[in-house]
Amino acid sequence: MTQPILSVRDLVKHYPVTRGVVFRKTVGQVRAVDGVSLDLHPGETLGVVGESGCGKSTLAQVLMRLTPPTSGTATFEGEDLFAKRGSALTAWRRDMQIVLQDPYTSLNPRKTVGDIVGEPFDIHPEVAPKSDRRRRVQELLEVVGLNPEHIRRYPHQFSGGQRQRIGIARALALRPKVIVCDEPVSALDVSIQAQVLNLLSDLQREFDLAYLFIAHDLGVVRHLCDRVAVMYLGSIVETGTAEEIYGRAAHPYTQALLSSVPVPDPSLRGRREAIRLEGDVPSPADPPSGCRFRTRCPKAAAICAEDPPALEVRASTDHPAACHFAEPPHLVRAE
Amino acid sequence: MSPLLEVDDLRVEFGRGPDTASVLNGVSYHVDEGETLAVLGESGSGKSVTAQTVMGILDTPPGRITGGSVRFRGEELLGADPERRRLLRGESMAMIFQDALSALNPVYSVGFQIAEQFRFRRGMSRKDAMVRAAEMLDLVKIPNAKQRVREYPHQFSGGMRQRAMIAMALALDPELLIADEPTTALDVTVQAQIMELLDELRRERGMGLVLITHDLGVVAEVADRIAVMYAGRIVEHTDAASLYAHPAHPYTRGLMDSVPRVDDVSGAPLRPIPGLPPSLSAIPNGCPFHPRCAHAQDVCTDEVPALREVGSAHQAHQAACHFAEQFVAQDPDRPTTHEVVSR
Repeated sequence: MTQPILSVRDLVKHYPVTRGVVFRKTVGQVRAVDGVSLDLHPGETLGVVGESGCGKSTLAQVLMRLTPPTSGTATFEGEDLFAKRGSALTAWRRDMQIVLQDPYTSLNPRKTVGDIVGEPFDIHPEVAPKSDRRRRVQELLEVVGLNPEHIRRYPHQFSGGQRQRIGIARALALRPKVIVCDEPVSALDVSIQAQVLNLLSDLQREFDLAYLFIAHDLGVVRHLCDRVAVMYLGSIVETGTAEEIYGRAAHPYTQALLSSVPVPDPSLRGRREAIRLEGDVPSPADPPSGCRFRTRCPKAAAICAEDPPALEVRASTDHPAACHFAEPPHLVRAE
Repeated sequence: MSPLLEVDDLRVEFGRGPDTASVLNGVSYHVDEGETLAVLGESGSGKSVTAQTVMGILDTPPGRITGGSVRFRGEELLGADPERRRLLRGESMAMIFQDALSALNPVYSVGFQIAEQFRFRRGMSRKDAMVRAAEMLDLVKIPNAKQRVREYPHQFSGGMRQRAMIAMALALDPELLIADEPTTALDVTVQAQIMELLDELRRERGMGLVLITHDLGVVAEVADRIAVMYAGRIVEHTDAASLYAHPAHPYTRGLMDSVPRVDDVSGAPLRPIPGLPPSLSAIPNGCPFHPRCAHAQDVCTDEVPALREVGSAHQAHQAACHFAEQFVAQDPDRPTTHEVVSR
């Protein structure tokens, strides 16, 4: 196997909970990301799925160096990511870019599309000489399926899907090796979402990109991703190839998640196994002891409250799952 | 007997002058007692405006009802006395919304907001009304309803707020519930809980349910009949099984080919609908879908296709496409999930 381009070990990000205005004191920690390890290989798509509040977007922010980690390490092409300073940091930013969820707030309304997509060249002038920029921006617009003539238009003149294409063009400008996609299609209508997903696949093939694809939509992740990591309350509970996760999920949370996704086929109504979780996700400021999922888990036993299960391959599974009772679903899907 | 709710040729415009947006261009549907009608469409298709017009909560201006009729148990609602409509709201028809946090008042406790209806409509005392409110919270399966009835909306999680809103809508035992994207803001595991609750309550109470959504998966799991909307029109209307097995309108087919399915192992690329939905102030001539349609012919640019019967004798199936029969006949067997799985 090739060397991973991005390698993360035991990443932790806690946000302090403070009380008081003058005498601020820390009364607790929100454990947004609590010990995440993952590897991203060149040219592959790693999906990170989970419900709101599981820490998937915080993970993206920490890896983009937008906020410092509490502890843990990450290497990019073998170099320590969090030790980068000054020019080394600036140079690294060329290699790793991000596409954000909301195409309405992630583009400056007072700048033209040309300014937005060309801004990376202002920060990294060595990539494109000034005389060449207009041409480069127009090329980028064409690559993402926008009309290059629209370079002088403003974001409000575009639809949601087109704006997301602008965001993708901006991320592509510096020819990165890795793009972090943080819920890139969840704000879009179904028919537009499919256009953007196909665009992302085409771009990956054309530019040999690796995607860290963060999403809550399990269908989208299955469609796009080679490997999948499932997050719950700040930790990865199961990881494997798309086939392993979707075909033989071993963690009860993954199984419940998959069985909750409605399938667009009325003939399967009442024939799919339905695992309904009770209640809501606990607060990451006060997570349960032991296994984080035990409060909602149908399999929970005494050991789950005491001993947090490690993310490892067990006798009954072929891929890592953080559950004492991990096993593939006993029921085969309706024939 | 007339159906519970009948919407007939409803037309709504927004604004005046050359920028007038034709938001509804002749929408007709009906809902019977105890049945679930799903209204499926993307943003701007007019599904929410239809519901607002039915409920009588459309803002006019900027909205303007330019034609059509809405009948509840045969009684015409458009142009009815506002006091009569106010009485019907809550008592006979109720609505729940996508964003429960902004639909609930942050400065009153959840129980108080539910209890208001019992006090003003049923003349109950504050104390009795609060007891009834707690019963309603219990009905929608909120744990510790007696304590939580005094809590405020911000103390509830997203799923619980949606439950509280359902409790509020059902307080006066309406015969019709309109749910406008009730689970769109929720996580899948919570979405499944809420959809199950709605379906259970509908069955128990024999309520008519209009489910407005853009999610083809949610629709497939609960709907009896489905109306697909595009650019302010209903373009296809049939029972759930027929719609998914034999979609007759190219737009419906496009939607289905656009959804990445969680049970799809083929890995085949998606086949999205090209282009964008039209601007409602400049809807194309003829069929509103023709600029995005791969099968468009000359007739499609000239003539608006009417919503007409295209199904067989025993199955009601309407579509607004000049070539709908061809599509229904062309692929009588779209691959179903089992085939995809076993492939």
